[in-house]
Amino acid sequence: MPHERRARLALLVLGLLALGAILAFMTLGARGNWGFVLPFRGRKLLGLLLVGHAVACSTVLFQTVTANRILTPAIMGFDSLFVLCSTVLVALFGSAAVAGLDPRLVFGLNVLLMVGASMALYLWLFGGEERSLHRLLLIGVVFGIFLRMLAEFVQRLLDPNEFMVLSDMLFASFGTIPPTLLGIAVAAVAGVTLWLVPRLSRLDVIALGRPVAVNLGIRWRAEVLSVLAAVSVLVAVSAALVGPVLFFGLIAASLAHLAVGQSAHRYLLPAASLVGIIMLVGGQTVLERVFAFNIALGILVEFAGGITFIALLIGKGRR
Amino acid sequence: MSRLAAAVALTAGLALASLFVGMSHVSLRGILAGQELDWLVLVESRLPRMLALLLSGASMAIAGLLTQIVIRNRFVEPANTGTMESAGLGLLVMTLVAPGAPVIAKMAAGAGFAMAGTALFLAILRRVPLRDPMLVPLVGILLSGVIYAGTAFVAYRFDLIQTVLAWTQGDLSGVLRGRYELLWLGAAMAALAWLAADRFTVAGLGRDIASSLGLAHGRVVALGLAIVALVTAVVVVTVGMIPFLGLIVPNIVSLALGDNMRRAVPWVAVSGAALVLACDILGRVIRAPYEVPLGTVLGVLGSGVFLVLILRSRDRAA
Repeated sequence: MPHERRARLALLVLGLLALGAILAFMTLGARGNWGFVLPFRGRKLLGLLLVGHAVACSTVLFQTVTANRILTPAIMGFDSLFVLCSTVLVALFGSAAVAGLDPRLVFGLNVLLMVGASMALYLWLFGGEERSLHRLLLIGVVFGIFLRMLAEFVQRLLDPNEFMVLSDMLFASFGTIPPTLLGIAVAAVAGVTLWLVPRLSRLDVIALGRPVAVNLGIRWRAEVLSVLAAVSVLVAVSAALVGPVLFFGLIAASLAHLAVGQSAHRYLLPAASLVGIIMLVGGQTVLERVFAFNIALGILVEFAGGITFIALLIGKGRR
Repeated sequence: MSRLAAAVALTAGLALASLFVGMSHVSLRGILAGQELDWLVLVESRLPRMLALLLSGASMAIAGLLTQIVIRNRFVEPANTGTMESAGLGLLVMTLVAPGAPVIAKMAAGAGFAMAGTALFLAILRRVPLRDPMLVPLVGILLSGVIYAGTAFVAYRFDLIQTVLAWTQGDLSGVLRGRYELLWLGAAMAALAWLAADRFTVAGLGRDIASSLGLAHGRVVALGLAIVALVTAVVVVTVGMIPFLGLIVPNIVSLALGDNMRRAVPWVAVSGAALVLACDILGRVIRAPYEVPLGTVLGVLGSGVFLVLILRSRDRAA
């Protein structure tokens, strides 16, 4: 089938590009002791790979579940939810308790809280009456702002010492990925990815929308909620490693759709993940080596992503 | 009218309370006895802060109302039409190009950028054929985000992030005598909007109706947007960005009073002032001796109310 061939070709090209980006990231401008350079850059690379994969996959999954190509977890406020969850955790137990704990345990607690909260959010947004897309988007965006403001407010109420602990946890960026969390992040992302592999064809059915999917024998609510739990874990990983990124997933998923030209998840998910990796690793390489910047990648992604989103909205209005 | 008088009295009460809230102790007895320290704090810090709150609250709320009438959408305000973020960008550019320029020159640059940002927003809106009322604030929020990201990028490049943060976050803890007086200019602009209220109301009926009623629609809209840009730039340069105020106050007032601008303006001004006063006092009291900035308190409240407004509205009503 020509479609399949095109999709495979696209995956091949994306894979090569990703490989090129990774090689460039690891070797460009390296001087001195390779025994130091490789592990040092390797840790950063691992973080970027995890985030690229996690954000792209969570976005595609979310779009499948909501039957929509503009909605993303970040735009609907899931990233802000993570920030609020961490803040509430510190506010409830106090920084002494939280700082004394293993950061991995804190992360785990955070993920649990986040899975529960995001399911509630999903059921509230999509469970009840049918809403128009624009209204839904506006609600999501404003709710995200509300959650962020609430988190900021609670942070302001904390003791300055407790706030320091929190800011170490929260204000990670592309330049400063916390190394202690890499291990558990790898485990979480790998677990979710392995869980997804046997479900790829089922995701294709879910993408057909609720009536068709139910007709074809999908237990809708259970399936959708379990996919959503996977999305929450992925969002938590990326938010914990680099902080909230609003529009990155949207760009990755849109480009993956363009590249693959079809919606079968066995092509779409790897393509999105590769696009995410190319954007992050390639972008970080260009910024670090060409412009000698370090943490501006997040800002650039927001800038380009916002413009993409507006263009998508306008294009949709046209059609 | 007597209800309005009651609202004014309430606002005056809040303003008085605002004079006596804060870390260094100012007592009425000390003032009356002519205590030097009490007078110093009052004149140099508390009074300027109270006036800054009154002026910025009232003029931002009116700017919000004016934006909603001119753009013909209930859910817009300077903070989600690209206006406020562009003003910030203008201030940054001015800081880079002419670091020694007086505040009024910075403000003027901010106002110019704010106009340009609003014009960009309107140009994008014209390209959206489907006029869904929900789409307008959505596009505006996104555009504001893009402009802010651009500002942050430039600031990052030139090591000015701290400077930009001072404009971004509405915070009155730095207001002293000699640092807020520009706000009077903003208030004068807002008063001008009141004088021309009937024109704006007619312009709000749309280009066709307004033109057939003999109004130079384009010019009135441009005047309205210029007033909004000036007020916004003044507020951003003196106290920083105050989000959601211009959005929620006019909406709540119009729930009670309907849509006549001339009748709504005094209510909007008084409620806006009262709301910022209350939020600022709360921010000073809740975690004393630290302060929660006005922008944060108002951000929680404002985004919450905005959310309720969206959920309440029917598709046609917005």
